[in-house]
Formats: sequence, structure tokens, C-alpha cells
Amino acid sequence: MPETLLEVRALDAHYGDFQALFGVSIKVEAGQVVAVIGANGAGKSTLLQSIAGLIRARRDAIVFEGTAVGDEPAHVMVARGIALVPEGRRLFPSLTVEENLLIGGQLARNGPWNLDRVYALFPVLSERRNQPSTSLSGGQQQMVAIGRALMSNPKLLLCDEISLGLAPIVVRDIYSRLPAIVADGLSLIIVEQDIVQALAASDHVYCLQEGRVRLEGASLTLDDIAAAYFAV
Amino acid sequence: MHWLNIIIQGVLTGGLYALFAAGLSLIFGVMRLVNIAHGDLIVLAAYLALIVTTTLGINPLLSIIIVAPVMAAIGYALQRTLLNRTLGDDLLPPLLVTFGLSVIIQNGLLELFTADSRRLQAGPIEVDSIHVAAGLAVGTLPLIQFTVAVIVIAGLQAIFYRTAIGRAFRATSDDRAVAQLMGLDNRHVYALAMALSLAVVAIAGVFLAVRANFDPSIGPARLLFGFEAVIIGGLGSLWGTLVGGVVLGVAQAIGAEIDPGWQLLAGHIAFLVIVAVRPEGLFPKVQG
Amino acid sequence: MSAVHIEHATPSSRIGTAILIALGIVLALAPVWGGRDDLRLLAEIYSYVALASLWNLLAGYAGLVSVGQQAYVGVGAYVLFALTMLAGVHPLAAVPIAGVFAATLSVPTALLLFRLRGHYFAIATWVVAEVFRLLAAQISILGGGSGTSLPAAIVTSMAGSRTLREFEIYWVSLALVILVVGAIFVLLRSRYGLALTAIRDNELAARSNGVDVTRTKLVIYVITACGTAMVGALIFLQKLRISPDTAFSVNDWTAFVIFITVIGGVGRIEGPLIGTLVFFILRQMLADYGSVYLLMLGVIAIAAMLQAPKGLWGFAANRFGWQLLPLERRVAPFEISKTSSEN
Repeated sequence: MPETLLEVRALDAHYGDFQALFGVSIKVEAGQVVAVIGANGAGKSTLLQSIAGLIRARRDAIVFEGTAVGDEPAHVMVARGIALVPEGRRLFPSLTVEENLLIGGQLARNGPWNLDRVYALFPVLSERRNQPSTSLSGGQQQMVAIGRALMSNPKLLLCDEISLGLAPIVVRDIYSRLPAIVADGLSLIIVEQDIVQALAASDHVYCLQEGRVRLEGASLTLDDIAAAYFAV
Repeated sequence: MHWLNIIIQGVLTGGLYALFAAGLSLIFGVMRLVNIAHGDLIVLAAYLALIVTTTLGINPLLSIIIVAPVMAAIGYALQRTLLNRTLGDDLLPPLLVTFGLSVIIQNGLLELFTADSRRLQAGPIEVDSIHVAAGLAVGTLPLIQFTVAVIVIAGLQAIFYRTAIGRAFRATSDDRAVAQLMGLDNRHVYALAMALSLAVVAIAGVFLAVRANFDPSIGPARLLFGFEAVIIGGLGSLWGTLVGGVVLGVAQAIGAEIDPGWQLLAGHIAFLVIVAVRPEGLFPKVQG
Repeated sequence: MSAVHIEHATPSSRIGTAILIALGIVLALAPVWGGRDDLRLLAEIYSYVALASLWNLLAGYAGLVSVGQQAYVGVGAYVLFALTMLAGVHPLAAVPIAGVFAATLSVPTALLLFRLRGHYFAIATWVVAEVFRLLAAQISILGGGSGTSLPAAIVTSMAGSRTLREFEIYWVSLALVILVVGAIFVLLRSRYGLALTAIRDNELAARSNGVDVTRTKLVIYVITACGTAMVGALIFLQKLRISPDTAFSVNDWTAFVIFITVIGGVGRIEGPLIGTLVFFILRQMLADYGSVYLLMLGVIAIAAMLQAPKGLWGFAANRFGWQLLPLERRVAPFEISKTSSEN
């Protein structure tokens, strides 16, 4: 019986006077891959940032492993086992590739992920380990960002638009490694504008529009989604 | 030969200025904070050394063993309780709070110790010199001071580039939000950086106390020297700060030789020339 | 359709303007109702209001945080002493000349200082002030490092009797602060003022809207230097004695000024007025305590910055929408058709 790893309950989020999320609720079971799709400005990143603790929420709006953690800061959430691969990669420019990975493992949580395993997953990084992180291509930087998040041995990995700005072949390459990433039972939330990729990679999909969940389901098709978005 | 002696003196004094500057540079780098009270904290360390030396009767240079951890603790507390709350995009809050701090420290020291000039005795080292060649003598204490400055800067470089905490400093400086995603508590990281800075300040303060007469009011001038050394050397480069200190020291030494009243002026003018000609400094760190 | 009309006044500003005018009349008559000490104290208050208003213009509006304005206080003072003692210029005539001299000096200084930004600019202004101080100490005709006193002959030449002289200096002080604050008000009301508010809020956005940020900042820097020097000249004319350390004192001319502006409210024209009042009240209360007084000032400044970063007036303005002087800009409601009229 899969236990609910994460539950988001009627989450609201604001940027100043602007409300980005209206009562959003989602669920992630242990070992599940959940996709959240939607257009720009739908609130996808805001949702992930709230779960990760970068945006404070109501205490009981986010429940992780049965504990209400909505108002906890990001560095505590990492210790609890939630890691975010931020939108736009956001590697540390002053650090080399290896240093970026090492700092991901700063907390030294127990788990299967370490430097060797990340290099095994993304061999090209091993060749460039001592280069400044910003000298890599977009796709390689995305690999570093993912590896960096994995180094904290999370139970739940949040991926914010990892296809952004990358060539389709690179995106396919990265997505092809997802099975290796979730092999040990890691749960995943992927936020994507690339619907095809998101549908293919996930067990369950949520469609977000203007801060609200419009549609969700386990085996949605493109037609279901189009109907939801374009229906009046 | 005489001029060579002057220049060597200037170089060695530059070591002391580099010590003043290193802590400042560290803080600029990690949290973009200008600590106006920096010079006054150096003087505070000097007075702490005074207390330790008189109560324990040990050599002032040994007092670093106690003064450094005490100053580090003060730095951690200061950052955690006060300075963390001023960080942000606005220039005024940290400037004003540290200005207020400067006034508090100066007047607090004045109340406790009066305006009397003090000096710590380190023994015969103070007047010893090493004869390098005919007519060329290098003061032992200034040489020790310079060597310590080099060791401190090398140590800081090592911390920044070879340790986990150094990575944490650099990462937090790059992107404080994403640093949190690594499990780093910004408040703690900044406080550690300030603790490290004040440990260096402690060393600078002890050497200041032995080298020259000090009283509660000399803090601001040390801040300016430290700041000038940082700018001349180049923002973001610790070794550059050493070079900056040396340039400042030599400029001052040359100025003093021409006319004692010109010592400080020569240093400030050297600084302004650099600002005019190469404001990014001699060895600026290229922004990543 | 009528042209767009900008309104400035609000109910509070009408009251405020009335109060200020009444206050101005009362203060102009001070020689009638006040004694020598009152006049001296008032003149001191005026000089701080002027210095703080100018610092506020520089930092709060142009975004140039300077901890080196004492440079121009000192320049103004030294130019006054030099002109009166060495060139026989009448002391009161020397005040505006000192302003012009400082304005000229400030142009190359600004060009040098503008090569640095933010915190680095701030501390560099302090270095410049130190350079001026050290240079002043080299001028032996004016007493070098220990300074000099204004000769009695120059002092008595100002007016027939000591009382008349004191009245004269008092009125000039009052006139100067009214001139300074008035000029700042006019500046802020003008298109320059609009540009300044834009720069203060978001420099990049201002630039992309066509505001010549560098030139605007230069103009403000020069104006501030001129005003600061004139105030400095007048201050030391009253002190009758000058020295590098007093003329270029960081504590007197920067620390206190910043304290006043912060407590009162940065970026609002009313801030320095309120701040100076608070500063002098505190001084009366605490002056007996010596260095503890300064310590307390430091504590209050820190507490103010952390708890009320907008200052006392900033708090009141935000909370109640007050303004003392009509500086707000509102587009007046315009009628779309003649038939829908409002009372």
C-alpha cells in the first residue's frame, strides 16, 4: 500500500499583492513520478518553491511524511529530504563542476547518491569536473544541477523545467536517465512546458492554469488536456 | 641604499595594512557588507590584548591565542543578532548600523579606558633588526608581521578554495537563495564569515598594539587604510589585497621621507590615483 | 478634453505650509524675544537642518550615500577664513563665494568619485575629506595643523555693535536655511525632481526612460557641495576659530547629520526638519553624560534603522498620508463630459 509522501492542501501563494496560487492541492505517493504542466505564469514554479521552502506557506498546507512543514525554511526542507533543481539551473558560478556537486552533498544525508554515482549517471561531467560550472553547455549544466540535487540524497526530487532552453535531443538524453534516478524509490515531481515529455515520464499528471488545478489524472492523453485548456 | 631601506619598511608596513584589509575583503566578498566599524573592532581587539596581557602577564603576541577566539565569538554574535538584519539591496541600513556601531565602540572604549595612549611591550623583538647586507637592516617585528600577513592570507585562500565552509561562503555569495537549497542556513554562513573576519581582525589588532600607540579614536583611520588596500589590490582578490597593502605602505613611507606631514597624504593620493586610472584595482577577480 | 493637470497640495500640506510660514515669522522676530544664547542655539539648529537637508538630497534622492560631506564644510570654512584674512573680503560676501569655490572643486571630485559605486563610493568620499583635511593642515598661513582664529578687526567690521552683529549673523543663518530648503523644494517640484524620484526608486528603469542619470547625479552633487560649503562657512564665521580637525570633523558634520536624517526619515523633505528637532532635544537631555551621550546616539541610530527604516516622518507619511510641503504629484481627476459634473 503506497503511503502518501507529500500532500499539498489548498495552498495559496502570493507575490506582494499578486496571488499566484489559489487553493492548489496535489499528492505524491512514495516512488511516484508526478508531472505538473501548464503555460508560463500558471504557477508551476511557485508551487515547487513553496514545497521546497523558498516561499513560506501555511503550516498545514504542505504535509511531508505526515508532518506539517509548510512554514519551514528551505535549508530545513533539504534536511528533511526534499531537493529542488531550480528553474534555469542556477549553478554557482564561483564553483567548479565538482564543487557544485560537493556542495549539494553538504548535508551528508544517508543514501545511495554520491560523487561516483553521479559521475556514473552523467559521465561527461566527470571529464569536466574541475572546470568552472558556467563553461559547460546548457545540457551539461542541467546535468550538474540535477546531480547537485541528488547529492543531498532526497526522498523527493523537484525538477523545475529541466527542458527549458535545451535542444530536443539533449532533453531526450536527460529524460532517458530518469529511470536510473528513480530506481531506488526516489519520488519525483517534474514541472514542464514540454507536455509530451512530461506525459511520457510520469505516472500522474496535474494541469495548472492561472494558479489553479484544472485537471488531473493517471493516464491522461493530449486530447484530454487540450479539452481542459481550451474548453470554455 | 637609504631609499631601499625606506621601501622595505614600506613593504613590511604593507603587511600590517593587508591584515587590516583581509577581514574587510572577506566580508565584502561573502555578503557585500561594508563594515564601517571594522577599524574600531581592530582597536577593540588591541584593548582586549591589553587586558589579557596585563592580567595574565604574557607576551602580547601570545595573547592572540585568547583574543582571536573571543573576537570570533563577538563576530558571530554581532552578525547573527544585528548585521544579518541589515543585509539586502539597500545601501543605507548596513552603512548606518555599522556607523552607529563604530560610534558605540569608540565611546565605549573611551569610557572604559580613557583617551590615554597605550602601547603593548613585546620585548626586545621590537627593536631587533636583521642585517641583510651592508647598510640594509630589516626590523624583526615588521618582518614577523609581514610573514604572519602572508600566512593569514594563504590560510584564508585555503579556507575559501579547499574546504567545505569555503565552498559554502562562495556559494552563498553567488546565490543565497540556491545556497539554501543546499541545506545552508544563510544566517549561520554569514555569521561564520564574520567570525572568521574578526579572528583576522584580532591578529591585526594585536600587531597594531605592539607596533604603535593606540587609543579609542584611531579606528577610522585603520578602516580607511584597509579599504584603500582592498581597492588598490582589486576587489575579490585576497592576494591582491596584500599587494594593495604593500603599495599603500610604500607610498606612505616615501611620503613620510619627503616630509613627515605627507605620510598619510601620500597614501590617500596613491589610492585616488588608482581610482582615477584603474578603479577595478590591480588584480580584480573576473566576475563569473 | 482638458489637458492633464498635476496637483501637489493635500489637506495636510496646506496646514503644514501655513505652520511653516507662521514659524518663519516667529523665528525672524527671534532677536526681539530671544537672548544671545537662544540666537546661537537657533543658528546651530538651522545649520543642521540645512546640512541634513542637503545630505538627504544627495543620499535619499540621488542615491549617492556620502560619508564625506565634511569635506565641503571644511572647504567652505577655510575659504571664508582665507578670503577674509588674506583678501580683505567682507565675511558675509565670502559665504556665497565659498559656495561657488566648493561647487567648482566638486566637479573634478565627482568625476573621480563616480568611478566607484555604492559602498565603495561612500568610503572614497571619506578618503577625499581626509585628503582635504590633510591639505588644510599644510596651509601654514591659516595656522597649519593647529588652526587659527578670526582676527577681531574682521569680526567688528561686520556691524556697528556686537548685538547688531549677532542679529546680522542670525538673520543670515535663517535666510540661508530657508534658501537651502526652499531651493530643494523647488528642485523637487521641478522635472528634475521627478527624475530624482525615478532614480531613487529604480535607477535602471529611470535610465531606460531617458533620464540622464549620471548628469543628474553630478548636478545634485555639485549643488549639495555648494550648499554645504556655504553652511560650513557660516558655522565657522560664528565659531570665530578654525582648525583642520574641527572643520573636517566626521563626527560633527557627517555622523550627526546622518543620525538626524535617519531618525527623521530619508528621502522625504520633512525628514531633516523632524530629525534635527529630535537630535537637539536628545542633546539637551543627555549632554551632561559626555561620551555616554554619543554612545546612546549610536544605539538610538541602530534601533531606528532596524525598527523604523523610514524614520519618524516616513512612518507618519506612510501611515497617515501626511506631507508638510506640497510635493506629492497627483493627476487631477478630469471631466470627460460637461454633463457629468461633480461638486
